Amino acid sequence: MRDVGIVSFAQTAVARDDRHNETEMLVPTIQAAIKQSGIAKDDLGFVCSGSLDYLQGGPFAFVSGLDAVGSWPPMRESHVEMDAAWALYEAWVGIQSGEFESALVYGFGKSSPGDLHEIMTLQTDPYYMVPLWPSMVDMAALQARAYLDASGKEESDLADVAARSQRNAKSNPYAIRSGDLDAKQVLAQPVTHDPLRDADIPPITDGTAAVVIAAGDLARSVCERPAWIRALDHRIEAHALGVRDLATSDSTTIAGERAGVHDGDIDVAELHAQFSHEELILAEALGLDGDTVINPSGGPLASNPVMSAGLIRMGEVARRIIAGEAQRGIAHATSGPCLQQNLVCVLEGN
Amino acid sequence: MADPLVMPHVLEYPGGYTRSVGPVIGRFLTGLRDGRIEAVKLADGRVLVPPTEYDPSTSAEVEAEGSHWIEVGPRGTVQTYTWVAEPRAGKHPLTKPFAFALIRPDGADTALLHVVDCQSADAIRIGLRVAPRWKNERTGHITDIEAFVPLGDGEEPEPPAVHPPAEDEQPVTGITVETRLEYRLTAGEATARYLEGLGQGKIIGGRAPDSSDVYAASRGTDPISGQATTVEVEVQSSGVVTTFCVVNIPGLSELAPEIPYVSAQILLDGANNTFFGLIRGVEVDDVHMGMRVKAKWADELKPDHTSILWWEPTGEPDEEYERYKDYL
Amino acid sequence: MAGNRVAVVGIGQTQHRAARKDVSMAGLVREAAVEALEDAGMTWSDIDAVVVGKAPDMFEGVAMPELYLADALGAVGKPMMRVHTAGSVGGSTSIVAAKLVAAGIHERVLTVAYEKQSESNATWGLSVPMPFQAPLVAGAGGYFAPLIRAYMYRSGAPRHIGHLVAVKDRLAALRNPKAHLHLPDIDLKTVEESFLLWDPLRYLDVCPSSDGAMAMVMGSEKVGDASEGAVAWVHGMAMRSEPTMFARRDQVNPQAGKDCAKDLYAQAGITDPRNDFDCAEVYVPFSWYEPMWLENLGFCDDGDGWKLTEAGATAPDGDIPWNPSGGVLSSNPIGASGMVRFGEAAQQVRGRAGDYQVELKTGKALGHAYGGGSQFYSMWVVGSEKP
Repeated sequence: MRDVGIVSFAQTAVARDDRHNETEMLVPTIQAAIKQSGIAKDDLGFVCSGSLDYLQGGPFAFVSGLDAVGSWPPMRESHVEMDAAWALYEAWVGIQSGEFESALVYGFGKSSPGDLHEIMTLQTDPYYMVPLWPSMVDMAALQARAYLDASGKEESDLADVAARSQRNAKSNPYAIRSGDLDAKQVLAQPVTHDPLRDADIPPITDGTAAVVIAAGDLARSVCERPAWIRALDHRIEAHALGVRDLATSDSTTIAGERAGVHDGDIDVAELHAQFSHEELILAEALGLDGDTVINPSGGPLASNPVMSAGLIRMGEVARRIIAGEAQRGIAHATSGPCLQQNLVCVLEGN
Repeated sequence: MADPLVMPHVLEYPGGYTRSVGPVIGRFLTGLRDGRIEAVKLADGRVLVPPTEYDPSTSAEVEAEGSHWIEVGPRGTVQTYTWVAEPRAGKHPLTKPFAFALIRPDGADTALLHVVDCQSADAIRIGLRVAPRWKNERTGHITDIEAFVPLGDGEEPEPPAVHPPAEDEQPVTGITVETRLEYRLTAGEATARYLEGLGQGKIIGGRAPDSSDVYAASRGTDPISGQATTVEVEVQSSGVVTTFCVVNIPGLSELAPEIPYVSAQILLDGANNTFFGLIRGVEVDDVHMGMRVKAKWADELKPDHTSILWWEPTGEPDEEYERYKDYL
Repeated sequence: MAGNRVAVVGIGQTQHRAARKDVSMAGLVREAAVEALEDAGMTWSDIDAVVVGKAPDMFEGVAMPELYLADALGAVGKPMMRVHTAGSVGGSTSIVAAKLVAAGIHERVLTVAYEKQSESNATWGLSVPMPFQAPLVAGAGGYFAPLIRAYMYRSGAPRHIGHLVAVKDRLAALRNPKAHLHLPDIDLKTVEESFLLWDPLRYLDVCPSSDGAMAMVMGSEKVGDASEGAVAWVHGMAMRSEPTMFARRDQVNPQAGKDCAKDLYAQAGITDPRNDFDCAEVYVPFSWYEPMWLENLGFCDDGDGWKLTEAGATAPDGDIPWNPSGGVLSSNPIGASGMVRFGEAAQQVRGRAGDYQVELKTGKALGHAYGGGSQFYSMWVVGSEKP
């Protein structure tokens, strides 16, 4: 495997941006990532993005994102209708093949225009589930209840996660929610989607993220401490909620093992846990003990720009490595209802 | 700078998606129409409900050697649940608060997602015994079960009303599913500026600071550089038809005029991009490449696309091909 | 081509039809995938990863359908991805899958592209009205017909050229049992008399709307060598994109298409496309795009594409058959069409194209897909021999 490193990362996130469309939101993010990378736009070998047409309410919505890149002269470019974490995966594979040496990866999406929780219902079985319209939060709540029942954990454990997320997010300028919250305050919130409370549910976020990755020598020439991608693995589970063990995340465990998560110390873990119970499930699935710092950024419970949130996990680990604050970390991304599909990335400094 | 501009939008395929279901889903739905919950017992003994077409563990077809259909339930056990305190009108199956649950019918090894109609959030728990309350009129749809209801000890589930088969009734082969999604979409600064300009009888374009290329009605960036078109530039409301076609299909858009009509690419004076516009005020057969046109403004100007009704000939001599050939 | 060798060892596709009412979405993709696996002599457990491609989710009203299709495509426990690059998606999906093998990540990858657009309606799906956009909606043909007019002007092509392609491709499709349209009575006259939709495009100059799926199994060199069946080797693959609209954009003969072909030909050692290929499967959804793409892809000089078509060079018995399968003009499940082109090119060099097999002299074929406002391009070259 070739050495490939993340050499820059930029993001934006607000609760709702009524002034800028997705393309306009992307411009500063992409420009920042390219500038930070030290690689000129015209020298980038590949561009790959992740987005979801349904967030924009129309087909081919992703095409408008390309206007923020400036793909002229024509560029090698592709797109996944998935979180941009998988766009990074595609770009990483391309560099591994040797076709190019660097790539710009970006994700974008606004959750504020539509009803995100209903939009995500359309991810489910078109015949057996969609007609009942279980929302994204309804389904998460089903998993939360199953987890609490199987694990013996309690709502206070969920509240601990939710509170810590917002406290961690105090240092994150892109947080939608942050503050000195404690578990008691969370438990005082009304339960809105039994057993979940507002703090257990991610905030609606409009946002973008961009990352530049580069192969070995190029990465070293532009970045003193690239965040090397040591491993990337992703796995998907069966679709129906009723055939899966919702209290565990087997695909995360498998991806983590394949990625060699425990081949070294884990200084930091950024998990794409949109709900508080998901963080507990994922931490167990990855075998993370209480010593690992999880979601120092605050995670998706603090800021959840859908379609960028997974890429942001990778960016948040990467930037700590680049800054010398961490040596080795893991980033996780998820897709689908109730953690159906999971990607694990191991990042390490020199 | 224009005010933020947000407009409602509905995404809905009129009438709903017509989904053919294939034989496995079809058989399950036919069973529901008849008031039965059917499952597939796989060769290894696992009983799968609702039956997906392919085994989640092996991907094999569920209807394979050694497997057969069996009836399960009607009683079942709640495996997990959540309480929906505020049902979504027009979407959720019940209008009063209810529980979503994964329910494992007796005899099955998997659970199906459905709703439980119980009195309150306190009345639902893991392990609760439930049974389906069937709709009287059923069509072969997951909602033929109106909801599951708690079943007391010793209580018998209410049997479904008999579904009288219509003449020539066939097994279920399809369902129709409506999916209406509502949005409030943002125009973006460049578009808001452009539309505001239309309301003033002007065409406002933009260019990136580092470029001289002016984009009329741009999405906000110079696509060559990716830079934001922050410099406002007014563009003339006259220009040239670079190319066009004659549309002969009725009803393509709500605002389309009677067919035939001409949809043209127009390069405005002062702009460096083309866009599509409707051509009128000239016989369809007389429209030609190079024809000079100008905007026909509406009597009442508003900050939206209604301000320009169409584009009509100016009567000037044609533009030379050399002048616009780079825009084709 | 960068990376390890890639072999196409199995190919399958559905019977393409206006509406496949006999199957669910999973059933549709399954039909193609099973055929590809059987062709490859493999079972689900042999596959390491699955890559799915399709056009906008709104066509079927399912968001991110790979999630639902994981069970149907044997992806449970494996990596799965879903590519979406508008009309070129079938091609780019093939490339994403091939790269997984070229990069040495996986040994055997299943890739599937599909569309079940009859569940809604392709015209609606392609032009969902959106606020802030000009209300004039002219449909897909309305976007391309003006560009065709510009081509005719630039090249001086006579008006009947497009119709020649419309006839040629539908007659070719008669030998392809999987094709949607079988129009045995089609001739120049029937095309010229068919309804004028978007001048100059007539009804029969335009592709149908189809439900269908295409699948391929790609393997490493080891897998290719071990294969008992015929193998197509990937000699090159390339993708290029340019913005929908920008100052001085040539929309008729887009640079992205030319650059993509140039990169591809350099990888595959192609210097004279017309003679180096035995045939080409090219994304021609509107008849006139054959002469236009002949130029864009370097099969002739600019302005001469129509002459090649008129001379019959691209007919099945011509010196450079284009779309011997019948092409997009005969079957167009939008998300699948690009992969159908890539797969049909591979079938030709494998000698497995049945009644529409062309004679193999060079043993190389081109597969091509494009999408969006003629802005996304994906192409590959496949050969009977290893590169």
